[in-house]
Amino acid sequence: MEYSSSLTPELIIEPSKGWVSLKLRELWQYRELLFFLIWRDVKVRYKQAILGIAWAIIQPLLTMVIFSVIFGQLAKLPSEGTPYPVFCYAALLPWQLFSGALTRSGTSLVGNANLLTKVYFPRLIIPISASISGLVDFSVSFVVLLGLMFYYGILPTWAILWLPLMVIFTLVTALSVGLWLSALNVQYRDVQHIIPFLIQAWMFASPIVYSAELIPSGPWRFVYGLNPLTGVIQGFRWILLGTCPPHEWMIVSAGVMVILLVTGLYYFRRMEKSFADVV
Amino acid sequence: MGEIAIQVERLGKKYRIGTPQVPYRTLRDAVMGVLTRSLRRFQNSTSSKANAEILWALRNVSFEIKHGQVLGIIGRNGAGKTTLLKILSHITEPTEGRAILHGRVGSLLEVGTGFHPELTGRENIYLNGAILGMKRSEIVCKFDEIVAFAEVEKFVDTPVKHYSSGMYVRLAFAVAAHLDPDILLVDEVLAVGDASFQKKCLGKMGNVAREGRTIFFVSHNMGAIASLCNRCLLIDRGVVIEDGKASAVVSQYQSTLYPRIEDPSDLSKAEHYGTGKARFISLKLTPMAIDGTSQTCLHPGEDLKVELKIRAEAEIVQTNVALTIYDAYGHRLIDANTALQGAFMSLKPGQETSVEFLLQNVLLKPGTYLLGLWLGRGSFEDIDGITYAGFVAVEPNPQDIMHSETFPGVYQCKFTHVMEVLSMSKVALVDGNI
Repeated sequence: MEYSSSLTPELIIEPSKGWVSLKLRELWQYRELLFFLIWRDVKVRYKQAILGIAWAIIQPLLTMVIFSVIFGQLAKLPSEGTPYPVFCYAALLPWQLFSGALTRSGTSLVGNANLLTKVYFPRLIIPISASISGLVDFSVSFVVLLGLMFYYGILPTWAILWLPLMVIFTLVTALSVGLWLSALNVQYRDVQHIIPFLIQAWMFASPIVYSAELIPSGPWRFVYGLNPLTGVIQGFRWILLGTCPPHEWMIVSAGVMVILLVTGLYYFRRMEKSFADVV
Repeated sequence: MGEIAIQVERLGKKYRIGTPQVPYRTLRDAVMGVLTRSLRRFQNSTSSKANAEILWALRNVSFEIKHGQVLGIIGRNGAGKTTLLKILSHITEPTEGRAILHGRVGSLLEVGTGFHPELTGRENIYLNGAILGMKRSEIVCKFDEIVAFAEVEKFVDTPVKHYSSGMYVRLAFAVAAHLDPDILLVDEVLAVGDASFQKKCLGKMGNVAREGRTIFFVSHNMGAIASLCNRCLLIDRGVVIEDGKASAVVSQYQSTLYPRIEDPSDLSKAEHYGTGKARFISLKLTPMAIDGTSQTCLHPGEDLKVELKIRAEAEIVQTNVALTIYDAYGHRLIDANTALQGAFMSLKPGQETSVEFLLQNVLLKPGTYLLGLWLGRGSFEDIDGITYAGFVAVEPNPQDIMHSETFPGVYQCKFTHVMEVLSMSKVALVDGNI
């Protein structure tokens, strides 16, 4: 345990009752551990792989090629006036960031069971570090996007300044769901079998291979917007490719994200005390 | 800083075992559980709770530790030692009661927690240090010291998966040993590594204790407990049953370790193994003083007379008899077998015989030992055996200045000594006395 004050710290250990506090201050005190766990994840991910970090490029690039052939060439889905490969790749970037963060954070507690049962630290650090570590891959594949944009002659606008906010939005959404899944996975190992399926279904429920503008206006648009990734992905396209701005999507998506995050945090903290006994 | 380092009040931890809360539940089980439970509640409102078997891993534990005290915790496996440590380490939550810890706490339940095989020694030092709660600046400061302590200077940039298990453990312990808490909670971590490294670890722990830090030390190594701790708790089935001076609690615990031994003068109730063609029927131990007279207790260096009676149920041919003395942990210390002296025994059914051993100059250290009996034909046949047939209690020699129980060990060889001053200043020589 780490204490910043020079006074003798006092730690009281007793059964927790009712709703527990989120202890965000303590989380801040452990930021170095968070950093080291992210660093470990990044360092280890491509160890002993010949192509190493190149996988961060190959994966989205191959997916983009396949989608362009099937959905762009064969199905001829409209792409809001931009070339289909860029249209698709600009959505695959946040999607891969999201799905990677979700998969890793969802299984993170069980994967780090040895830490849970042997050392104390705020448990939230584990899913948080698992979500963030995908940023390195994201940055690498982002360079490829810039190359694609250059190839198709698309110049980024000032809207690109919104990019960091969009990235945070993506990660927080993944973390919110990851908090729920990771805490559930400790008790119900079914979750790790559900995650791949969930991600597949979620991908088609998000505007990746098609444009959200295809959704008919009216109540359906609202329902579709409940998927927080709708706002994020349309936002990415707006920022990078200059398609129409997704203001109304963003508001609904942000609302859903906040609800998921707050409930996820509280559910996680509530279940936290049993992690070491059950995992 | 106040006087008290750890204050524990009526701490308890409850686990549910068996139905309906088994650790690895699946969603289907949970759904079915809700259905069956509500159905059962409908049928009979009282029976639902009875199914959950409740285990109190710890109950009503209260104690205080002052700053600078080194407290040992001993007890059998499953007595609740680790549960207590996990609660104090903040890893698991108590069901009732509370604990207050004053000071920076470091806990060491395992060496090498979070070590990653793909990372190098250097990288793992940083990672493991952070996991144990060290600040980056602290790790940077102590880095060279850690590497030197672990003796892995040459391999610090090699992935630890290429380390030998000894190097791995040394590195892991070295990181933990350089944690600088006010209160250190340590589980059975010294049981790893080779003997010389264990010694180094114990030395390091001793240093930490001398620096005035509070240590809470769980171990099965009674020697380490007795030499490191000034106080000891004995836990059994989740309850503290003894709290006092380490050496006293350790010897009390050791006496409870032994299996129940029935009256050795009648071995019919003892647990026998073997074919049963013949049986040991009685055992008599007589400690002999140096002058050959019998006495009530045995001291190091004296003789022990062991008289056995054996009755044959069937014919036995060419058998030999053996006595074995074990220490409290079941280590075989002494084996006296008549076959070593070429003596064999044959009996007809119904015949009884007596065998007398005289164990000479038994140089066991004071403590309690166990005596086992065996009758058989070499490695071909076990005819009768009793793993633990009786106790051998060795008392300290009355003429010894200090009781040797403060110096753990098994074998007390006889020794003489000469003390001589080899170099001395002239002034002291003139003085003539030391």
